[in-house]
Amino acid sequence: MPETATTRKTITIDPVTRIEGHGKITLHLDAHGRVEDARFHVTQFRGFEKFCEGRPFSEMPSLMARTCGICPVSHLIASAKACDALLAVRIPRAAEKLRRIFGLAQVLQSHALSLFHLASPDFILGFDSDPARRNVFGVLQEYPEIARNGIRLRQFGQQIIERLGGKRIHPAWIVPGGVSEPLSIANRDAILVDLPEMLAIAQLTLEWFKGITEKFREEITSFGNFPTLFMGIVKDDGGLTFYDGKIRIVDASGKVVAGGLDPAKYQDFIGEKVESSSYMKSTYYKPMGYPDGIYRVGPLARLNIADRFGTLRADQEMAEFHEIQRTAVLSSFHYHHARLIEILYCIERMQQLLDDPEILSKHVRALARPNSEEGVGAAEAPRGTLIHHYKIDENGLMRWANLIIATGHNGLAMNRSILQVARHFVHGERLEEGMLNRVEAVIRAYDPCLSCSTHADGRLALVIQLVAHDGMVIHELRR
Amino acid sequence: MSKLRLATVWLDGCSGCHMSFLDLDERLIAVADKADLVYSPLVDQKEYPPDVDIALVEGAVSSEDDLHKIQIIRQRTRTLVSLGDCAVTANVPSMRNQFPLQMSLDRAYKENVTLNPGTPTEVVPVDVFIPGCPPSADTIFYAVCELLEGRSPDLSALTRFGS
Repeated sequence: MPETATTRKTITIDPVTRIEGHGKITLHLDAHGRVEDARFHVTQFRGFEKFCEGRPFSEMPSLMARTCGICPVSHLIASAKACDALLAVRIPRAAEKLRRIFGLAQVLQSHALSLFHLASPDFILGFDSDPARRNVFGVLQEYPEIARNGIRLRQFGQQIIERLGGKRIHPAWIVPGGVSEPLSIANRDAILVDLPEMLAIAQLTLEWFKGITEKFREEITSFGNFPTLFMGIVKDDGGLTFYDGKIRIVDASGKVVAGGLDPAKYQDFIGEKVESSSYMKSTYYKPMGYPDGIYRVGPLARLNIADRFGTLRADQEMAEFHEIQRTAVLSSFHYHHARLIEILYCIERMQQLLDDPEILSKHVRALARPNSEEGVGAAEAPRGTLIHHYKIDENGLMRWANLIIATGHNGLAMNRSILQVARHFVHGERLEEGMLNRVEAVIRAYDPCLSCSTHADGRLALVIQLVAHDGMVIHELRR
Repeated sequence: MSKLRLATVWLDGCSGCHMSFLDLDERLIAVADKADLVYSPLVDQKEYPPDVDIALVEGAVSSEDDLHKIQIIRQRTRTLVSLGDCAVTANVPSMRNQFPLQMSLDRAYKENVTLNPGTPTEVVPVDVFIPGCPPSADTIFYAVCELLEGRSPDLSALTRFGS
């Protein structure tokens, strides 16, 4: 389109790199090169909610896990929990504990990936450093210790998944009613023996990160630093959990606005809106409407909503984290910090679970036929609250599915964040690569998983608008 | 001798094959010693560069955009590798093909997804196929090392579909 007085100049960042998925960003500039608007577009489209129809529900954990190779375990857990509800069984206690360990290993490896492999080059080599070397291999060359620690942490999480589930990516171990095999003594001991080393690495990394955050004051004030709600799952006592609990929502002051919400009734309080410019649906808190019901999920949200972790070191770190800001911690830059505290928690919590003798129980699966036509499973994935909702017919074949994906919850906040960071750093008249890298970096802070977020069957409309400077829509095309 | 130029590409897949590539763990350093990763979701290169020696392609070809990408990749790449089941058989992405065209059209497929998911080899010639969902890190390491040495990897005993 020719650039005229009534059309905007646009900068496109395509693809956004060092994130998990296919996305691009468009920045709309005014006549003076200032950023007027910014949009995050997710460009991949999958279709899981549709093509699962007609298939046996028992296939769902393994099939739905294929939405994502980064957090397949989270999908396995949410899917299996939805299937448990279809069977209407209570799974054996040992199976639940084993699933918890599986989930924690997954959070650990995913967080390590996000921080070390994807985001750390910005902090270590610099936001403005040479883009040809600004990646994990550049970090490996210049700061091999930090990169090796990251690789080791991720490897540890992946090894636990392999020990329990038989393979690192897309294991088939979690099944409706529990898990398929109990934990062997040899595998328990092999995990336990590595825990002290991992704890040391996690603590070292956390101290290192806290030490460098001072350098990024400008980024902290502009990387998605605004009031929103925060949402996540907590236990009945308000403690953090990744596996099972009730949804709690707090506001920007840190006050609980809703608690004890049943994830199975998510449709009562979560609205989903199709965004015209993206394959990702945005969710919002229904009582406050769109877009005022904007909320964030994931590590930052979990630290803002939970009263405690329930493990020694993570609780100390949580107390220190809340010294950053007396209200809820608002800047999305702090997602990274929160992620590192959660890594620490995962290691401490796995130790607790593995020290429990019941973890070796041979009773790990409840067998049943389907007893309910509808089931919902929810869990905290690395990136936030994940919900699988299935309906089946009398033969156990899938009739309908809906997935609410962690990354989708953050859709509104990610869009608002790129606008904030772009307005702060990007000047169209004297454009530098480092400016645009910061716009991408705020997306990296959220650690979005776009292959997950575009699972949907896509009741999408494509709308193209030609907008004048005064905001008047001159022309609109709809398909 | 200058290093070989390696690329990894993610079309319509779950990134599990890329995660399996990262499961090389410290062996990533060995790969980095032999080759430069010149294009990948892991690095900040936005455009597929010319003169790539080896490209590992994950995922099916599911959109006009994927089709455009794979054609450019083929033109600029010496050895094109289908990494994982989605790039070998179209696997899970192709499951949406079972729905009748009209139903697909009624859904959003008619927008910028005019293709039904297929494999890269249906639209461009592929040189090496590595099945698996995903192929294990050991398999990937073996295949990449063989290719970097200029040999054709024999994968028959190492991996299979769905494994």
